[in-house]
Amino acid sequence: MDNQLLYAGTDWDFSTLRRSYEAIERIACDELGLEVYPNRIEVITSEQMLDVYTAHGMPLTYRHWSYGKRFLQHETSYRRGYTSLAYEVVINSNPCISYLMEGNTATMQALVIAHAAFGHNHFFRNNHLFQQWTDASAILDYLEFARTYIGSCEDKYGVGATERVLDAAHALSRHGVNRHGGARPLNLKIDQKRERERREYDEKIFDDLWRTVPVGKAAPESDPIGERRRKLGLPEENLLYFIEKTSPKLQFWEREIIRIVRLIAQYFYPQPQAKVMNEGCATWVHQRVMTRLHETGQIDDAAFLEVLHSTANVIMQPGFDHPAGGPGFNPYALGYAMMSDIERICTSPTAEDRDWFPDIAGNRNPLGTLRYAWANFRDESFILQYLSPAVMRQFKMFRLLDDTADKDLLVDAIHDDAGYRAIRRSLAQSYDPATHDADVQVVDVDLAGDRKLILQHRTRAGQLLAQPDADLTLKHIATLWGYEVRMQEVDGETEAVLASHSAGPPGK
Amino acid sequence: MDIIDRRPNPHGKNLENRQRVIARARAAVARATRAAIDGGTLREIGRDQAVTIPSDTLHEPSFHSVFSKGQRQIVLSGNKVFSAGDRLARPPGGSGGGGGGDGSGSGDGEAQDGFRFVLTRDEFLDLFFEDLELPDLVKSQIVATEAMTPVRAGISVDGSPSQIDMGRTMRQSMARRIGLRRPKTPDVLALEIEIERLEAEARDGSDRAEPLAALRGELEMVLRRMARVPWIDPVDLRYRRYTQAPKPTARAVMFCLMDVSGSMSESMKDLAKRFFLLLHVFLERRYKRVELVFIRHTETAEEVDENTFFTDPRTGGTVVSTAFAEFVRIQRARFPDDSWNIYAAQASDGDNSSMDTRQAMSMLEGQILPVVQHFAYIEVAASAAHIRGESDLWRGYAPLSQREPKLAMRRVAEPKDIFPVFRELFGRKVATP
Repeated sequence: MDNQLLYAGTDWDFSTLRRSYEAIERIACDELGLEVYPNRIEVITSEQMLDVYTAHGMPLTYRHWSYGKRFLQHETSYRRGYTSLAYEVVINSNPCISYLMEGNTATMQALVIAHAAFGHNHFFRNNHLFQQWTDASAILDYLEFARTYIGSCEDKYGVGATERVLDAAHALSRHGVNRHGGARPLNLKIDQKRERERREYDEKIFDDLWRTVPVGKAAPESDPIGERRRKLGLPEENLLYFIEKTSPKLQFWEREIIRIVRLIAQYFYPQPQAKVMNEGCATWVHQRVMTRLHETGQIDDAAFLEVLHSTANVIMQPGFDHPAGGPGFNPYALGYAMMSDIERICTSPTAEDRDWFPDIAGNRNPLGTLRYAWANFRDESFILQYLSPAVMRQFKMFRLLDDTADKDLLVDAIHDDAGYRAIRRSLAQSYDPATHDADVQVVDVDLAGDRKLILQHRTRAGQLLAQPDADLTLKHIATLWGYEVRMQEVDGETEAVLASHSAGPPGK
Repeated sequence: MDIIDRRPNPHGKNLENRQRVIARARAAVARATRAAIDGGTLREIGRDQAVTIPSDTLHEPSFHSVFSKGQRQIVLSGNKVFSAGDRLARPPGGSGGGGGGDGSGSGDGEAQDGFRFVLTRDEFLDLFFEDLELPDLVKSQIVATEAMTPVRAGISVDGSPSQIDMGRTMRQSMARRIGLRRPKTPDVLALEIEIERLEAEARDGSDRAEPLAALRGELEMVLRRMARVPWIDPVDLRYRRYTQAPKPTARAVMFCLMDVSGSMSESMKDLAKRFFLLLHVFLERRYKRVELVFIRHTETAEEVDENTFFTDPRTGGTVVSTAFAEFVRIQRARFPDDSWNIYAAQASDGDNSSMDTRQAMSMLEGQILPVVQHFAYIEVAASAAHIRGESDLWRGYAPLSQREPKLAMRRVAEPKDIFPVFRELFGRKVATP
């Protein structure tokens, strides 16, 4: 039955989808060894696709004007023909939901199933970032809870009051992530137990003689500020968490709303960090699956040409000087190129590859190597580990040095032996989330005194906060905190204060 | 694996979010709608209207850093000619190398660009006519009541079968059955079973004649009683009663009067047209039905259709009273003032034949103003010619408008004046008791 066509022409119906899905599943799971969450495929219209866009691909959200804004933006640009809609959107949930557009051809539906329901799905399920930071099986229920809860807050406390908290929390959503999974919040029981153990130990080793040993002047009654900061767990970079737990003025429902925004932000935290890998994985999988379908005679030549055309469009990388191009790389292009390159290195390595990748070159196990990479890296580390000179040459990469003291830009590395490592290091660094997100932390607050919240932005060289936005955001923090908020921007190395902002609570 | 067809799901998931956007940016959107009118897109009022508002009203701030000074390195693709050590002039625009993907570019861009979206007709008109109201709505509430509509008015004992009120009827029936002690069916059945049992015993040889006879007599009584007291009797029937109640439907007629003589240039007519359209759309918001009557005049007046009214040029002198005579004739024939709200708008460049002004004044005061809700006189002038002082008609109307609040008069010179003038005429006044 393998050489029977799954469909002919462009029209599809639900039995076509089912047949395609089963054929793709055989290849993806049996031949490629992908492990996926159970799939749920939903067919939607273009208007519903706009809805999905609006909520960053969440199937349901609470009501807020920012979603309306995003909807209007997408709608306008779609209606004016500036952008076309995606063929699919996939959600990191268990079951994994893939939205397919009704307007796709039968080939596109098959391609999209391979791409989303297997490529992305495998990545979501296996990549360590998603495993650590997201809980795929709970997200749908949680969103449902969030929607209901915020709806009930609007009923009880008013749309205006709820919106005020949401606006402020949204402004801080990038600073609502527990980046360090290992850090545990303080726990009274554990603390008491530790305290007791220490006392018992002290009693055990008590020796009265020590009292008679002369000591220097007793250390001054330790520093109260340090003690205070330790008790509050400061410094704390998760601003939303700190405000939710510590803010003196918030009502319980306001804390719950902040928590909702925080947890949803946490759910989205891994996505931008693994975009190149995620798209590369999905594109490589769909290309491989569709090629196999064609080889086994399950799709015809016309359909395969459509696949080639579509993939070629998706992995196009315009050069820096191209009108459609610009800074940054197309994650599909870079991801797919690197995945294909790993496959090539594993199966038919050149001398250069053996030099650069002695551990994987010619190991004849491309699938295992790829699956290992998909599970254990993120964009930054993946590029640092696997970007090969071949890919750098393929993209004709070069590096510019932008020094504001210099009136020109300097090309300081190109795709040659002298430049490979420098380019690879810089490119990897540009995918490091630490270089994008401002490092803002709560450093001090005197809850027993004036309750002023002190924040600190540790800047990287020459990177201050964008001005009007910083003040507006600070105002949002003051809204949540209820008292004055002050922020200092300090040089990360010299601790010199470069700028400071402050904002009072509204109405003062 | 499940495949779910979501297409039939309810649409408009984001309708509420959309309304919140508009509510949030209400002031900006209202400004933008008015700007859209000034920009000369009045003809599109009937359609969905795109407006652009400054995006800072909908800005979502966050902490993000910008590269201001120091060094940074950017990796780009598509090198064709560069070797290491080459120097490039900075591209114009300042942000060096094109932004380097640190997110600052998009943040700055957002703050400057306008935010454009399409309003539905209803949203647009709501915002557009916010705070405006029609003068003298009294008539529409009291007088215009020509339609009758049936209204529920209690219960009656007769009516057509389609209006039977089952609940009430059964309640009556049950009360009557209880009152008249109609035997219940289970009682009858119990009697019949008892009789059957006794009959069976009698067939077995026992002597049951006496109780049997008593029971049979009782059964006969019960059955007769059941037949006498029917389950439903005609006296039980109840019907829903309807009465005809007058339903106030506000309807209005709008008379557009325009001087089409040679002195009215195309641009003046265009100004007049804008005003008429604005008034029309506004009336449509307030009344279910708005009739339009177009009267154009030179030395003579005639009623024409809309297209002719605005496009067909005429030449000749100007006698305003002819138009007033036509107005009065049509109004008396077709729009009696006790059932119509009558609005009139006159557009003219102010010229009139000097003998006629006095007569026009008296017709206006004596015959027209008493029947209309509002009479707006718009004097249009090509912007350059505006300085020449008061026109014939303006001089004539001015004292009248002092006495008569229904007569409002304004001058309009440019398209952008139209809306302010309109707002002035219909702006919400302080409520008077």
